[in-house]
Amino acid sequence: MFGRTRSDRGRQAAVSVRKLIASWPAVRQATTGADRGGMGRAVQSERSATLEPRTDTADAVVGSICPYCAVGCGQRVFVKDGRVTQIEGDPASPVSRGRLCPKGSASKQLVTDSGRISKVRYRRPHGTEWEDLDLDTAMEMIADRVLRTRAETWQEHDAAGGRLRRTMGIASLGGATLDNEENYLMKKLYTALGAIQIENQARI
Amino acid sequence: MANADCILIQGSNMAECHPVGFQWVMEAKLRGAKVIHVDPRFTRTSAVADLHVPVRAGSDIAFLGGLINYVLQGGHEFHEYVVAYTNASVIIEGDFQDTEDLDGLFSGYDPETKTYDPASWQYEGRAAPAAAGQREHGAARGEQHGSGGAGIGDDGEVHTDPSLQHPKCVWQILKRHFARYTPEMVEETCGISPAQFREVAEALVSNSNPERTSAIVYSVGWTHHTVGVQYIRTASILQLLLGNIGRPGGGIMALRGHASIQGSTDIPTLYDLLPGYLPMPHGGLDTDLATYLDNNGTDAGFWAHMDAYTVSLLKAWWGDAATAANDYGFEWLPKITGDHSTYQSVLGMISGDVKGYFVVGENPASGTANGRLQRAGLANLEWLVVRDFTDIETSAFWYDSPEIESGELKPEDIGTEVFWMPAAAHTEKDGSFTNTQRLLQWHHKAVEPEGDTRSDLWFYFHLGRIIKERLAAGTDDRDEPIRHLTWDYPTIGAHGDPSAEAVLAEINGWTLGDDPDPTHTDHKPVSGYTALKADGSTASGCWIYAGVYADGVNQAARRRPGSEQTWVAPDWGWAWPLNRRMLYNRASARPDGTPWSERKKYVWWDEEAGKWTGHDVPDFKATMRPDHRPGPDDEAEDKLRGDAPFVMQADGLGWLFAPNGLTDGPLPAHYEPHESPVPNPFYSQQSNPTRQVFDLQLNRSNPPVNDGYPYVFTTYRLTEHHTAGAMSRNLAYLSELQPEFFCEVSPELAAERHLTHGDWATIITARSAIEARVMITDRVRPLRLGERTVHQIGLPYHWGWRGLSKGDSANDLMVGVLDSNVHIPEAKVASCDIRPGRRPRGPELRRMVDDHYQASISAPARPDAPQGQVR
Repeated sequence: MFGRTRSDRGRQAAVSVRKLIASWPAVRQATTGADRGGMGRAVQSERSATLEPRTDTADAVVGSICPYCAVGCGQRVFVKDGRVTQIEGDPASPVSRGRLCPKGSASKQLVTDSGRISKVRYRRPHGTEWEDLDLDTAMEMIADRVLRTRAETWQEHDAAGGRLRRTMGIASLGGATLDNEENYLMKKLYTALGAIQIENQARI
Repeated sequence: MANADCILIQGSNMAECHPVGFQWVMEAKLRGAKVIHVDPRFTRTSAVADLHVPVRAGSDIAFLGGLINYVLQGGHEFHEYVVAYTNASVIIEGDFQDTEDLDGLFSGYDPETKTYDPASWQYEGRAAPAAAGQREHGAARGEQHGSGGAGIGDDGEVHTDPSLQHPKCVWQILKRHFARYTPEMVEETCGISPAQFREVAEALVSNSNPERTSAIVYSVGWTHHTVGVQYIRTASILQLLLGNIGRPGGGIMALRGHASIQGSTDIPTLYDLLPGYLPMPHGGLDTDLATYLDNNGTDAGFWAHMDAYTVSLLKAWWGDAATAANDYGFEWLPKITGDHSTYQSVLGMISGDVKGYFVVGENPASGTANGRLQRAGLANLEWLVVRDFTDIETSAFWYDSPEIESGELKPEDIGTEVFWMPAAAHTEKDGSFTNTQRLLQWHHKAVEPEGDTRSDLWFYFHLGRIIKERLAAGTDDRDEPIRHLTWDYPTIGAHGDPSAEAVLAEINGWTLGDDPDPTHTDHKPVSGYTALKADGSTASGCWIYAGVYADGVNQAARRRPGSEQTWVAPDWGWAWPLNRRMLYNRASARPDGTPWSERKKYVWWDEEAGKWTGHDVPDFKATMRPDHRPGPDDEAEDKLRGDAPFVMQADGLGWLFAPNGLTDGPLPAHYEPHESPVPNPFYSQQSNPTRQVFDLQLNRSNPPVNDGYPYVFTTYRLTEHHTAGAMSRNLAYLSELQPEFFCEVSPELAAERHLTHGDWATIITARSAIEARVMITDRVRPLRLGERTVHQIGLPYHWGWRGLSKGDSANDLMVGVLDSNVHIPEAKVASCDIRPGRRPRGPELRRMVDDHYQASISAPARPDAPQGQVR
């Protein structure tokens, strides 16, 4: 009652050692039975026991599709505070059954941390540096150039007098990585402009 | 594919390039299916296959032709299927001559224009269709006909011999044509032993019958050739003979490489097509709507409704300005006059004709065969718009490129004005991708993009809006199609994003009824393409997608879990056409409408109900009786027999022999790649006589069978990288997993050229020289072709000189030489030399490439070199 006896201290020490040993993941893995493979609780540290997966704290989970190859694996995009915090395979997809390949698994890094630039860049003819350019100005300048080139290169008829109604001065490449709706507006606008040299990766 | 009993993977490394899709191959294997991988390299696909068969790159037609010959000679065909569902019994014109008669050419070849006139390939008794053979060289007849297939002429009876004995019937022509494709020729051409060949042949034959089906899988290992279309044709002939098309676990699976490359073909950002595989009108031929429909339509099958599909498209684009009186605005469509594919555009840039260029999610400076040619084009533009995530090789070409490094170009000398625009990612926009199985799947916007970053939908919508505003007050006739263009999509959010769902609704189409104003949003969405009309009362932006917005519901966004559905999973996404998961599924039943077998039943005729039923939407009219025979008054689909499964073809049959639609022959024949160290063992015609070669200094060819370029190389993908690297070489994870460009060589080749594992090697062609780390591995083996040994080199093509992981671009080695049907470059095989050490820097690089080329062409010709060199 006035302090620990020697045997108390011995018992105490033995308990600590037992605790220490029991805290070793390999021992827990062998003794608890529930996690023999060491894939879950048996290998948790004090710190990791307090961690929560970011998927649990997301504000929203948005249905998506992997942007890489054409298998079309289902993705679940986890969002918190307006930012993508995780992307995982969607187990509901009958195409992929929850699986993603290394690229699909890395797609969170693709959209959040792959050196993306979020400002328009402009290089004037013969320039040696990129310059800043306002987005609206860039849009107006591009429209100027489309209309100018179209006017300069317009072909109304062929040599035999047949109708052509086209420009051979404008070309476009891309579409296989874009949405159907984007391809649709591209083809519709280009065709109305008379631009026919419209191509994408399907030919490359 | 999980239902297949045998799977032949060729021209694809599915386990590494489509790993998640590959789980279905493994499912089939677990159930006992035999998996065969035919590929130049031993890969992870080979590792889990039952059999890996190494093959020389570029020799696949010889191998597949050998399999066809094995089937024909041994009587292994699925006879009832072949007689009922293919054109085996049709008799061909008397003056048709085969490659057997003309040493590697078919009749109708004109050596001046290097084109074929298909007049002698026709069905006996039928004149060639009106437009056949009239198009200029380069206008691909195959794609001109899109999903409709080529016509078979309008007049006269088709003559057949169901006993298949008539010497001019397709069956007998086929037998004679492929008789040369013996196991011995396969060995001499492909380097495949007769024993391995027999093992593949026996596996396919024993797994192709009423009870069993075999599937074939390919990727760009088949398309990237000067005979790419004929590769697929050869596989199609084989699968038709074995009765494997339109049946569960059968078919030919094209594994495509980009999230929506299928979608961008269906809604084509391609020069020769309008949405839904309607051909772009051709100047001088398709002078008005009626002529266009007459030239390009058929009178039987679903393609006979091409008028409804076309008029509905014109109504979607030009709304109430499209009227019967003005041909629904047909005249506003620009006309093509030949090949205007991407290589022609690049040549136009070099000549100064093409002045402005949009590059949207592509990277041609390092991603297209012969990057040097591409960069020469970029440097001669007036203006260039690049939309991407980062400053990729294509937008940086003016200050960071091999030509800047070699001193050939300086930024000050390049006059191209460049706009670089940040593009939104898939998580930052709504929209649909179409996957490799024609399945449309919607992805929802999760977050707002940062800064100036916008979707491509935003970019094109607002560019169109600005242009429309500029031209609104004008009177120039040229601007009529812009002024009348329907472009009133509702916008949402602070940036004015157009509604992707509104665009999808227009793609689907609607019934206009009595109210032709397309701005009225209460129009009833059409339920499918069978609802479209040619009288201007319906609009649809892409007829094959009609139904994706049926009932006003975004069907592509359906995500009912696969575990809660049948194995066909019809409630996940939406597949074109009409949510049909397997095309030509009429062939899954016997001609009388009963399943071929219980094990392989898919759709079948229910006599009591008077309609077709089963696991999928029937690929034809559900009430079409199996014994339907067309009468004189029947039209379109009713003009086909009730047992004709190939409903887009004018005769409803699978074409073993193609009388029209191909520029390079009605049957496949083995031709050597454009650059090959081997003379053609089959014919004295070395390479495809119709292939497109662009003879300019920037695109010069290695001479074939030349000691200066003695080795074969092929290019391929790695699991951890994506195409030219813009979506992978900027990611730390992926760049760490695959940090560096390398070349795979066999121990034998390493010894021959003194290459050391882990050291550098320089690979040389007439275009350029690049350096790569050497990986010596027995995954690539020297092939024995009779007396000849051929070494192959493998090069992953993902690298470029920007990003976290940098390296030389394999595409700089390639030559721009194209298949004449579809203008796809031969990026999967060429010849080269290899030597130890790094490549020279600065001006020395060009000097070395030029010296090597000069020495090669001035050396005495080898005795086995083909006559006439390049052609």
